Amino acid sequence: MGFSLAHVDFAYQKRPVFNDLSLVMEPGRFYGLIGPNGCGKTTLLDLLCGLRQPDRGSIRFRGRDLRAFSKKELARQVALVPQDFFINFPFSAEEVVMMGRYPRLPRFAAPSAFDRKFVKRIMSDTDTVNFHDRMVTALSGGERQRVVFARALAQDTPVLVLDEATSNLDIAHSLALLDLAARGVYDAGKTVIASFQDINLAAAFCSHLVLMQPGRIVAQGPTDKILTAERIERVFGVAAKVYFDAYANARQVVFKAPRHKIQEAEPSKEY
Amino acid sequence: MTDVVEGFFVDVRVLPTRQKYAFPGETLQTGFRNALSTGVQMALLAVVLAATVIASTAMGYIQVPLSDVPRILAARLLGRPELTAGMRQIFPAVVFDVRLPRILSAAIVGGGLAVSGAAFQGILLNPLADPYTLGVSAGAAFGASLAIVLNIHLLGLHSVPLFAFSGAVLTLLLVVFLASDAEGLSSNNLILAGIIVAAILSAGISFLKYVADEQVAVIIFWLMGSFGSKTWSDVGLTALWVAAGYGILVFYARDLNLLSLGSRAASSLGVNMRRTPLLLLVTASLIAAVCVSISGIIGFVGLLVPHMMRNLTGPDNRRLMPACLLAGAILLLWADTVIRALLPHEIPIGVLTALIGGPFFCLIFRRQQSGRRGF
Repeated sequence: MGFSLAHVDFAYQKRPVFNDLSLVMEPGRFYGLIGPNGCGKTTLLDLLCGLRQPDRGSIRFRGRDLRAFSKKELARQVALVPQDFFINFPFSAEEVVMMGRYPRLPRFAAPSAFDRKFVKRIMSDTDTVNFHDRMVTALSGGERQRVVFARALAQDTPVLVLDEATSNLDIAHSLALLDLAARGVYDAGKTVIASFQDINLAAAFCSHLVLMQPGRIVAQGPTDKILTAERIERVFGVAAKVYFDAYANARQVVFKAPRHKIQEAEPSKEY
Repeated sequence: MTDVVEGFFVDVRVLPTRQKYAFPGETLQTGFRNALSTGVQMALLAVVLAATVIASTAMGYIQVPLSDVPRILAARLLGRPELTAGMRQIFPAVVFDVRLPRILSAAIVGGGLAVSGAAFQGILLNPLADPYTLGVSAGAAFGASLAIVLNIHLLGLHSVPLFAFSGAVLTLLLVVFLASDAEGLSSNNLILAGIIVAAILSAGISFLKYVADEQVAVIIFWLMGSFGSKTWSDVGLTALWVAAGYGILVFYARDLNLLSLGSRAASSLGVNMRRTPLLLLVTASLIAAVCVSISGIIGFVGLLVPHMMRNLTGPDNRRLMPACLLAGAILLLWADTVIRALLPHEIPIGVLTALIGGPFFCLIFRRQQSGRRGF
């Protein structure tokens, strides 16, 4: 049993975000959250991570109320890659990834040989090993985001929550990191819940999609069933075509050509 | 069994134990920070501190030979007066009753201000934060000025420190109250609230100085800080207080590391964001409050020492805190020793730390701007 949200209300001060939201998420699946800006994707992820409490209704995880989990217990169950990946002090990349092991280590314990090996493995998987001893404050945005991603993987939790975790990455690293996450789902039965801006990236990796509009869930289910042109048009208000692409081995979305596209007559150059 | 372990969900059972991972630059050190192991660094700092205490005890208007200092200490601590035989009779009294209380309180206050500053910088995620960011110094100064102007002697010699401490604590409560909202405490709100309250209080202090007549000199002297005429009870009180606060800060040092990842990441790694930052803020502020009450306002130690030590130990607070405690003690003790024993006239210690600390901070700041480490 993964997450189940029943009749959840949530508001920031007086601004309501969710009203009577219900959703069930099974383990062993890769969930994608898509929807327009400000529709509550991050808030929903925060609720699932226990960072915010619902005003009404209940959130259960593995059959237990989420509030019954201690912070420490939850840190061993759910790892989060937040949208914001600024790090304020000049820790080395390796130190930051090692912070993912904190929930499993006693307060004053030095990391064991196993922790070190685990962190090294993850750093080579996430292509962060080359700058393991560089200060995170001196890394580029994309490099730092990979370090933060690696930190969450180092937590080695059954649930991984990604809040637009590949927003600053080039396509090669986006594919590689999402593939790592997907491998955990298909090989080890873990659960990944990720919000996306890029619908095609979501479609390529997610077994299930949750389509959101401000404050509510429009549709949810297997990606192949959920992703249709008329739903994309309804949720985002843009004309789109959805088709199965054999090369991507997934349903993909293309959008209608923009009305004002500048056509250059110049031939392209290759360097 | 395969040697190759794929994926991030590494299975413990199949993880090769003897395989050496190619980790480029594995022996490369991150700058200066790992050149010496943490244990060696701390031991060195502790030795320097002990040597500073002994050297400082020997220095002063009455020169006590360096070799007599350990004998006097041993005689008092072990209760064997025969150890002081053969030296001038005044020496044991000078060392034990006059100098040591002053020296130890300077060291303890220095250590306290430095760990408090490190904690503030870590909680507020602001390298310019110091123990006085939340207006603790302004509150203490207002309390002390009030006690001096109203000529309050209810509690004898302890009236001014007690008023200073109460002023600091009330200010802290007010600032935390002003800064907290439904989302908890944000560092911007705290800094702003601290600035506002400190501004109001300094207007109040100006008014108190204006109405104080001849007492104004006493206020000014108190505000600039001094370790003159400290007693063993001052030492005991600050030592207890700073030790308790230091214990709490070290206990939560790892959570302080996690705070630098941002509140959402810290929370997902098990930090209670409602309780832990507030607890740490109050602890660091109370350390600063007792230090200020004992010694007056001494600036720059709490700002400078954490910066210097971060270059040595790296930003991990579990190493940074002990280093700050020792280095803060060494630094402020040297400053007080210069004032007491080397300068022809005693000047307020807050003036000296600002005069030396300010330019020194500019230097560190400049070097960090130009991308170089070290100081």
